[in-house]
Amino acid sequence: MASEMCVLIVDDFSIMRGIIRRMLLKEFGTNNIFEAEDGITAWQILSSEKIDLVLCDWNMPNMTGLDLLEKVRSHKDFSKVPFIMITAEGKKENVIEATKKGVSGYIIKPFTAKDLRKKLSPIFQTGE
Amino acid sequence: MNLKYIEPFIAATIHVLETMAFTQATAGDAYLKDDQTAMGDVSGIIGMTGKESSGTLSVSFTKNSILAIVSNMFGDEITELNNEIKDAVGEITNMISGQARQKLEEMGKSLDAAIPTVITGINHSIKHITTYPIIAVPFSTDNGDFTIEICLEEEGVSLRRKIGRETP
Repeated sequence: MASEMCVLIVDDFSIMRGIIRRMLLKEFGTNNIFEAEDGITAWQILSSEKIDLVLCDWNMPNMTGLDLLEKVRSHKDFSKVPFIMITAEGKKENVIEATKKGVSGYIIKPFTAKDLRKKLSPIFQTGE
Repeated sequence: MNLKYIEPFIAATIHVLETMAFTQATAGDAYLKDDQTAMGDVSGIIGMTGKESSGTLSVSFTKNSILAIVSNMFGDEITELNNEIKDAVGEITNMISGQARQKLEEMGKSLDAAIPTVITGINHSIKHITTYPIIAVPFSTDNGDFTIEICLEEEGVSLRRKIGRETP
């Protein structure tokens, strides 16, 4: 059930984390949300909580979203967790690079609630 | 700098603010900027690098304009220039840069971006990373003005001859 899914939002800008959080609550009733400001903090949360979905920015200090994706996909416990990039990095080569590393989907900033709903609905419906 | 490289930044600015902040921004005439003093009270600056050129983009908001923009983004009224505002300026700058760079890539100019920095304060300075001409584009919204500045390296003809305008 969508409202029971546990989501990890990773973005170095708190305002963006807040916007995504509100959209998730409004669109899917999701309130079980963790936030991280970089890849290192995100990895700590992944290691201690049962996360069903990761929404991650690309350009962040300490560990980029792409590095976090690579780390997640190489760990047996998290390799299947849906991992969506929500990022301003929309160049074709970036999308290709993220796809090669196993990203589940891509949302380019700026985005609307409708964009988020369209991309995340399949995940919230199936839980995969 | 070839003026065709300015248009993606103008289009990106309008699109970002309309999508994330439900704000209509109208671009004024571009002009050459001769000094480093920011036009607004809070500015985001982001460096961009590529194989053939480097540059910077800055977005400088007046207090009134950014308070209204961020209040729209957040859905709550924000009345002072606090850390949330600084965060938002950084993210807006980041998004404008990202959108513009997608278009620039289609035009044959591939650039990567750094993480933006944010500066506040009356008469703060914006230091662009190259000594090439700075193109400023003023914008107006219902709640105040802001200005974007683009400084991109490019070899070739003098920009003053192309733009035909001086700093107002």
